[in-house]
Amino acid sequence: MGEEPSPVELEAFAMQRSAPFGGARPYEPAMMECVDDDDGNNGNGVKTSDEDKVAADRQPLQIDISDALSEKEKVKFTVHTTTTLPHFKKRESSVVRDHEEFTWLHNVYVENKDYAGIIIPPAPPCPDFDTSREKLQQLGEGEATMTKEEFAKMKQELEAEYLAIFKKTVVAHEVFLCRLAEHPVLGMDSNLQVFLEYEQELGVRGKNVKERLGDFLRGFVKTADELLIVGVKDTDDFFEKEKNFILEYHGRVKDSANRADRMTRALKDIAEDYSYISYAFCLLATHETGSLHRFFENASEMFEKYRKLQNRVASDQDLKLSDLLKYYARDTQAAKDLLYRRTRAQLDTDGATKGLERARLRGREIQVAEALQETTFRTFETISSTARKELAEFKQRRVAAFRKNLIETAELEMKHARTSLQVLTNVLANLKER
Amino acid sequence: MPALAWPPNKVKSRISPDVPSLQLGGDSSRSNGMEAQMFDTSPDDADDLFAEATEEVSLESPEMPAVRPSDKAPTITPVSNTAKSVLNPDATNTPAAADQGARKLVSFRKTSEEVEESSGDTFDLHISVTDPEKVGEGMSAYMAYKVNTKTTLAMFSQKNYSVKRRFSDFLGLHEKLTDKHAHVGLIVPPAPEKSVIGMTKVKVGKEDPSSVEFLERRRSALERYLQRTSKHPTLMQDPDFRDFLEKDELPRAVNTQAFSGAGILRMVTKAADAVNKMTIKINESDLWFEEKQQQFDCLDQQLRKLHIGIESLVGHRKELSTSSAAFAKSTAMLGSSEDNTALARALSQLAEVEERVEQLHAEQCDADLYLFGELIADYIRLLSSIKAVFDQRGKCWQRWQDSQSMLLKKREAEAKLQWVNKPDKLQQAKEEIHEWEGKVEQGESEFELISKTIRKELSRFEKNRVKDFKNIIIQYIESLINTQQQLIKYWEAFLPEAKAIA
Repeated sequence: MGEEPSPVELEAFAMQRSAPFGGARPYEPAMMECVDDDDGNNGNGVKTSDEDKVAADRQPLQIDISDALSEKEKVKFTVHTTTTLPHFKKRESSVVRDHEEFTWLHNVYVENKDYAGIIIPPAPPCPDFDTSREKLQQLGEGEATMTKEEFAKMKQELEAEYLAIFKKTVVAHEVFLCRLAEHPVLGMDSNLQVFLEYEQELGVRGKNVKERLGDFLRGFVKTADELLIVGVKDTDDFFEKEKNFILEYHGRVKDSANRADRMTRALKDIAEDYSYISYAFCLLATHETGSLHRFFENASEMFEKYRKLQNRVASDQDLKLSDLLKYYARDTQAAKDLLYRRTRAQLDTDGATKGLERARLRGREIQVAEALQETTFRTFETISSTARKELAEFKQRRVAAFRKNLIETAELEMKHARTSLQVLTNVLANLKER
Repeated sequence: MPALAWPPNKVKSRISPDVPSLQLGGDSSRSNGMEAQMFDTSPDDADDLFAEATEEVSLESPEMPAVRPSDKAPTITPVSNTAKSVLNPDATNTPAAADQGARKLVSFRKTSEEVEESSGDTFDLHISVTDPEKVGEGMSAYMAYKVNTKTTLAMFSQKNYSVKRRFSDFLGLHEKLTDKHAHVGLIVPPAPEKSVIGMTKVKVGKEDPSSVEFLERRRSALERYLQRTSKHPTLMQDPDFRDFLEKDELPRAVNTQAFSGAGILRMVTKAADAVNKMTIKINESDLWFEEKQQQFDCLDQQLRKLHIGIESLVGHRKELSTSSAAFAKSTAMLGSSEDNTALARALSQLAEVEERVEQLHAEQCDADLYLFGELIADYIRLLSSIKAVFDQRGKCWQRWQDSQSMLLKKREAEAKLQWVNKPDKLQQAKEEIHEWEGKVEQGESEFELISKTIRKELSRFEKNRVKDFKNIIIQYIESLINTQQQLIKYWEAFLPEAKAIA
């Protein structure tokens, strides 16, 4: 991209910096102010590099996605790292990764028993351009039946939509990496270092059918185990309360996320309708003479502007509300997984303790049983203590993210409403004076 | 002056004896008896005759050179006691009263024309349709609507009326007005459409939101129908219209039912018309009419497009409203789960905001529908009335042409007879020629009249159209402005709550 980045691309750049879900950077009010993830403000380009320097001083490992390319079926992310950590080969590096490699990285963490007590940041969702591609196809097929202007307009809209989805997926992947980087334990993982530095492809193929089947079956077992957890009453009050809270919260936040999605879609549909209405008025205007002609023209323009604003309302709502809820649905799931692992460890310990008793009764293999009991107990204890910290942080993170996003939702809604009001009032004054 | 000279036959025969009647249920020799049969309004036969008189009056409008001098002072006599006279509620069957009535009617028409030219259709007549009430049970149930009239016009006996009417009454009114006025080129506003599905739901007693909406749509459509009719200078004076507004009881208009005798005849006539339409192409000396027809065809297409867009908007707005409500509920639930008190409070506030937003969207939806959508739908229907009017002109022209060709034939026949010595046949032929010459003249003058009327009607229509559209768009924009203002208020109230989260 040698040319001047368009305002839209700058917007994307700015968005990457904004750390929407409180995961990338700990809640720091000072930093919040300098980000404006609305109308590609060129100023952001400058500010963020300062921000970088400031952040680097506070953090030893700094990751961002500096570029992304969409080719055919895949999206390739350019992951850029700046670090002061001694075990990294270079201070700065840039590698290209695709979505599957991110998934691999996530799995590596999940399967690592050392991290059993930690909430593993949820993996970024797979980039989904299907709907966009479908629409593009429809557009291509319908090209013959539309006028040049209609076609150009629809193409533009589709491109904007595509770009929006693209931005979102870039942010999601970046947030994932940043959370890993910030975590004092997870950030030190050697796999992460490989992911960030190794210049070749990681050679991680997607899971083949057998492996996916295995995952699928394991999922069943896990669900059965989860149900087990629900049934088992925890002796520890703190964890019992947490478990109940997390289970209830998870269901509700998922529900909210779905409904927020529905709202956003309805808003987008309305915006589309206004586009059509604007076009209809344009047609009407061309066949009118006299005062009605100008009137309809003005109406057509107004509806077009209004539509654009409604679109912004929809996409901002999508970003600030829907995405927030969806992310926390995933994060809550990760917390649930943590609780599951802990309960699993507890059950293992209980089993080992029983085994030890039996061994003592029988008077055989006591040492083995003792060793097992001790390991399982220690694992359980470690997980428990880490889990406490993690869950407390999770709460903090969640509250901070909600605060930020709710404030931004309100501010953006007001902003757009004010702009709409402006547009409408101007047009009305214009029309009335005839 | 012929007092109770009421020769309906003679009157009608002058119009068009040999042409298939344009009025429903008529064949050429329209007599009172026939009328009564077809329209089933026995006690109001008189009214129908009365109505004919009004028709006559319009032919005698001052601008038009009196073609038939003998009818300068038409006798508008209330024949039966039940019919109210045009102006005077105390009018009885006296010639004196009739005279007065006639003169007053003519003079009133003059003033109404003056008024129309100056301010454009502003009469002091306010009509509203309210309070739909279900009468009866099961499939024979119907909705009764209250029609309220407020007026200071002299032609009404009171200042305020409130009567109950059902949907078929409205259709009956439309029938009558169309029968009387459409063939002289007046644009009769179309009545709202029947809806079997909508009404069945209401009859069966389902109180769901869709039937509530159906009733509201219908009520509003009926109101607009009456208002539009009342704004037409000629139609507004039609006694049937007045009866509709004033009379406590109207005879049931059974011929508006789909399967009545009249209904079937309607369908047949429509089919016949459709066939005829394809063949009538006026040899237009006046391009104005052709241009106008094309313009309206175009307008019709475009309005239909717009209407589709608006209906889609209404649907999606409803979806937004319901999904906002659903979101509000789930947010409230989420808030109650949340253990951080400030966040919990903020979430419940968010839920409240979204609830209010839902309400706002529901109101906006109503505006979308009733302001915008229904008006466009009305105009689409009006355009079809206009088309009908153009068709009438076409038929009129056709009649004129037919008369001319008939005259030609008669002349040829007479020329032939000149060579044959049959004096009585020759005499007959000469008489026939004379008759057809009269018809040709009549045809031509009718054609000119209808053309003139249409021009006037169209200019009125255009003026109103421009006004209506401007008003509606302005009102719609105002509704959008209101929504945005409310949104700002709600979110402004929420912001401090969000900021208070710690």
